[in-house]
Formats: sequence, structure tokens, C-alpha cells
Amino acid sequence: MATTLEPTLDVSPLIVGGREFRSRLMVGTGKYSSNAEMIRAIEASGAEVVTVAVRRVDLNRASEEGILHHLDPNQFFLLANTAGCYNADDAIRYARLGQAAGFNEWVKLEVIGDTETLLPDAAGLLEATRVLAGEGFKVMAYTNDDLITALRLEDAGAVAVMPLASPIGSGLGMLNPYAIRTIKSRLHVPVIVDAGVGTASDACIVMEQGVDGILMNTGIAAASDPLRMATAMRMAVESGRLAYLAGRMPRRETAVPSSPVTGMLE
Amino acid sequence: MMTLMVNGAPRELAPHSTVGGLLGSLGIDPRLVVVEHNRLILRDRDSYAMRPLNDGDVVEIVHFVGGG
Repeated sequence: MATTLEPTLDVSPLIVGGREFRSRLMVGTGKYSSNAEMIRAIEASGAEVVTVAVRRVDLNRASEEGILHHLDPNQFFLLANTAGCYNADDAIRYARLGQAAGFNEWVKLEVIGDTETLLPDAAGLLEATRVLAGEGFKVMAYTNDDLITALRLEDAGAVAVMPLASPIGSGLGMLNPYAIRTIKSRLHVPVIVDAGVGTASDACIVMEQGVDGILMNTGIAAASDPLRMATAMRMAVESGRLAYLAGRMPRRETAVPSSPVTGMLE
Repeated sequence: MMTLMVNGAPRELAPHSTVGGLLGSLGIDPRLVVVEHNRLILRDRDSYAMRPLNDGDVVEIVHFVGGG
């Protein structure tokens, strides 16, 4: 079902932390109305990287199936996140728990600084990135669209920096394309835009900035028809990537005719 | 009996209980969870049956759930 770009069209595959990924679209697994719907949407998205969260088992319903009953670690690259952590120590603890669950040494690091906006805590992110990178984790750090924080995260050992398009779950699209482009132009590690993409055009515009990929959850899960939206997002990410590689025409403030101006009838 | 904190709630257990025994009594498949015992992550699941629990211990049992 999922198509991928011809290698001749997207000349460079996404490589993060030395590993090649088959899709530039990464997706979350939260907020779906059912596990069956989640799986269908993820498959339609063509994503390889799929994020999951670490939480307590509900002991009153311990027989309830965890997400691993539905997601095959051989089919998807499971990326544990530290969502819900508000300081570096908690995020480090969650990252270690996620790693102990047994799939890989990767973590999507979140250190949140504010409950209302869910904007990242830069100081906590830097501290946790240093510690986890030192332990051998491959840290993909969710951050704000601030260049200096992004540069510091790269210096701290992050294998990818993940600036937000807009706040988590907001669906507001990319609020500051200049900031995203600036981060992309200055970092050496991949830049994966994370959070805020609300619909396919948002994803396309993000990719047109030249970033390496997008991670999204709510934009698909909260659509009225997640299966259709996942398909649209897959196409939009490929479309935006291709348009970036193609190089858009210059913007002009004046019209330029597409048809010859000569040869008109008298 | 001894009282432990398991996933944030007090739980009565018989003396000489083990981590493996606790999971078994809760109906939890050890392969699908991670156990943290007094803030130490137990990475070797084969050790669960031998790891004793004591009065006042804090146990966290976590797994993967949907998230972004």
C-alpha cells in the first residue's frame, strides 16, 4: 500500500545515528480510538519509526493488553519517549526504563517545562541529553524552535534535534519557518520537526523547508478518518521532500506571462 | 504479612515473596513489562524468581502504552 519515492528522486535516505530509515515520516501511537485503527493508520503512513510511552501497568486491569500485543517490534522501529517528564532526572529514569523494555538504545527525549503549553525545558533537555548520550543512548531531543538550544543539544550528543512546528497537540502548523530553516542550516545532525502538524499541507510546508523528517501523532490520530489522514500525511511528506529537492521557483512581486507575448493577432 | 508500595499503592504480601511471585500473582507476563525495585531497574528477567521483596520496598511495574 505504502509507496516510497524512487531512489533517483530522493537521492539521500534518512540516516539518524548511523541507522538508515525507510520513511521520513515518524508517527506516535497515542489517542487512537482503538488499537485496530491505530495499526491501520500507522501502516498507511508508511512510517518505520513509531513512538511509544512508558507508563505504570494498571494493576486493577493487569490482564489488559499492552501496546506490544499490537505493534510488532520486527515491523516497526519502536522509539520510547519520555513524555510527561518535567525534569531531567525523571526523563533519564523513563529513558532507562524504556531501554530495559528491550528493543533499542534510542529515546525520544522530552523534558517539558510548562503544563499549559507543553513547551520544552531547555536546561533540563541539555542535562538529560548529556547524561543519556554519555550512557550510549541515541537521543532524539524534542525542543523548541530556538537555534541556540538546538546547537547546544547537538553539542551535548543528540543524534537528532526535533524542533516543534507548534505546541504538542495544537495542530497549528509551522509557526516560524524562518526558525526551522535556520536550525536546519546550522546543524549537522538530522532535524526532525516534531509536534504541531495538523493536516497534510502543514506537513508539506514543513518538509519544503529542507528538514530531514517529521514526527506527528495527533494530526493523524485526531482526524475524523485517521486512515485517510495517515495516507495524506505520507504523500505530503514525500511531496514536500521532493519539492524541496526540486528547488522552488523564486517568488516575485510582479506577474510574468507563461505564454508568448509575441505572435498575437492584430 | 509485609506491606510494599507497588505502582504507587500499598499492597500486602506474604513474607519471603519474590518479584517473580508478585508478577505471577498479578497475572503479568514478565516479558511485557519492566520492573523497578527500590529505584533499581531489574534488567535480567531470569532473576525475578530469586529476587526477594522486603517490607517497605517500592516496586514499579511499567510497560509501553500509546504515546507521541
